[in-house]
Amino acid sequence: MKNPTYSREHIAYLKKQRNKKIIVHFSRVLLLAAVLGIWEICAQCKVIDPFITSSPSRVIKTLGNLYADGTLFYHIGITLMETLVGFALAVVLGYAVAIVLWSSDTVRKVLEPYVVVLNSLPKIALGPLIIIWIGTGYDAIIFMTVLVSIIVCIMNMLTGFIGVDATKMTLMRSMGASKLTTLRKLVIPASLPALMNTLKVAVGLAWIGSIMGEYIVSKAGLGYLIVYGGQVFKLDLVMTATFILCVLAGGMYGIISLIEKYVTRN
Amino acid sequence: MLEFKSVSYTYHTKEGETTAVSDLNFTVENGQFVSVIGPSGCGKTTILSLAAGLIAPSSGEVGRGDGEFGYMLQRDALFPWRSVEGNIFLPLEVKKRNTPEKRARALELAEKYGLKDFLKKSPNQLSGGMRQRVALIRTLAAEPAILLLDEPFSALDYQTRLEVCDDVQRIIKSEKKTALLVTHDISEAIALSDKVVVLSKRPATVVSEHTIDFGGNCPKTRRECAEFSVMFELLRKELGI
Repeated sequence: MKNPTYSREHIAYLKKQRNKKIIVHFSRVLLLAAVLGIWEICAQCKVIDPFITSSPSRVIKTLGNLYADGTLFYHIGITLMETLVGFALAVVLGYAVAIVLWSSDTVRKVLEPYVVVLNSLPKIALGPLIIIWIGTGYDAIIFMTVLVSIIVCIMNMLTGFIGVDATKMTLMRSMGASKLTTLRKLVIPASLPALMNTLKVAVGLAWIGSIMGEYIVSKAGLGYLIVYGGQVFKLDLVMTATFILCVLAGGMYGIISLIEKYVTRN
Repeated sequence: MLEFKSVSYTYHTKEGETTAVSDLNFTVENGQFVSVIGPSGCGKTTILSLAAGLIAPSSGEVGRGDGEFGYMLQRDALFPWRSVEGNIFLPLEVKKRNTPEKRARALELAEKYGLKDFLKKSPNQLSGGMRQRVALIRTLAAEPAILLLDEPFSALDYQTRLEVCDDVQRIIKSEKKTALLVTHDISEAIALSDKVVVLSKRPATVVSEHTIDFGGNCPKTRRECAEFSVMFELLRKELGI
């Protein structure tokens, strides 16, 4: 406590705030436990058919089996690698393209309709082309991941760059700053919140891209497990892979949120 | 020294062309503080852009000495991701003059005008008046010969405004800088300047010039002078409000 001489009212207020927080956290855990519990009970009592719906205990068992035969981390590792590499490439390339578009009005106007069309195109339509052009390896999946997430990176960053306060731009101009100097001293630091936002959106899209890529062409990975499990009616495997995906995607989002907090703490 | 010789400027948009200033003539002598007042939208900012050379006149000529220009804007435009000190060094970095001597000189200025305890702070921790002072020191750090002030007090509340106004005038005078201020505030113009130039509606041209020589150099004593309200009334009539 910074100030020990709070009034009684203020202490009551703080307590109320803390209680509220506790209730929210507790309710979250309770909700998850209730859903899992009801699922498990229904499956145990054969209200629902666990062969089709699986159940929490079956998921845990499947996790154990995957771990035991040593393939758990193999599949996780492959999907994680594809997602992270695709994500990183999309952000770096997207950032670079956004800088080019920012630096020239003419280039921006020329390319605008293409960016818009590419953004609305369902990327999965390019699946067959990707297989033929790039093959069936990891690089095809990474390519798909980049394809799915890069347009949003470009558009988000461009909006961030263009949205930099006009007064600050005038200030730089009045000091005779070059475009490069303006970019380095003003535009890049000022658009940091936009970058953080872009990372958050792009990480979600990267997961979509990598799993979609694995649906189209793969020999391993979580998306592969889901497709394979569906084909041979091993719904336990499908549920387990989905569960792992939830944890990974949530964790990655959490890491980016932490980075954001650290970067924008001022 | 800054000299406008029958300067005209027309800007073009899709909707058409607008003559912002037409046949403009006035001079700012070295060490002089000159204010330009005019009805709103009469092209005051255009005049500053012309003075700074950010835009070229359509006809006529803007005579500038060898000295550099420092621009002070309506809003302070401090970078929140830099400390106060970092903001003051910005023009040195941009103009590639970031030498230890120049930095020391900038810090000396900051300390002289009461920013010593704030140098490591974030601009967000400062009051509006303080921020505007940082903006002025930032402008002075590049050691400009002429200061161009674009209504630098208009974003402040009334009380802060009077304070900062006097503050800025004092600093500019004691650093012996030449200054050109554009404003729509008549009393501000009278309180701060050695000379007031009155502009007409668009296209702006000079209606009259007045030398202000009462009340010494201090805005506060000037405002208390009897001549102040006489001058105020005169300028008000000339502006047609």
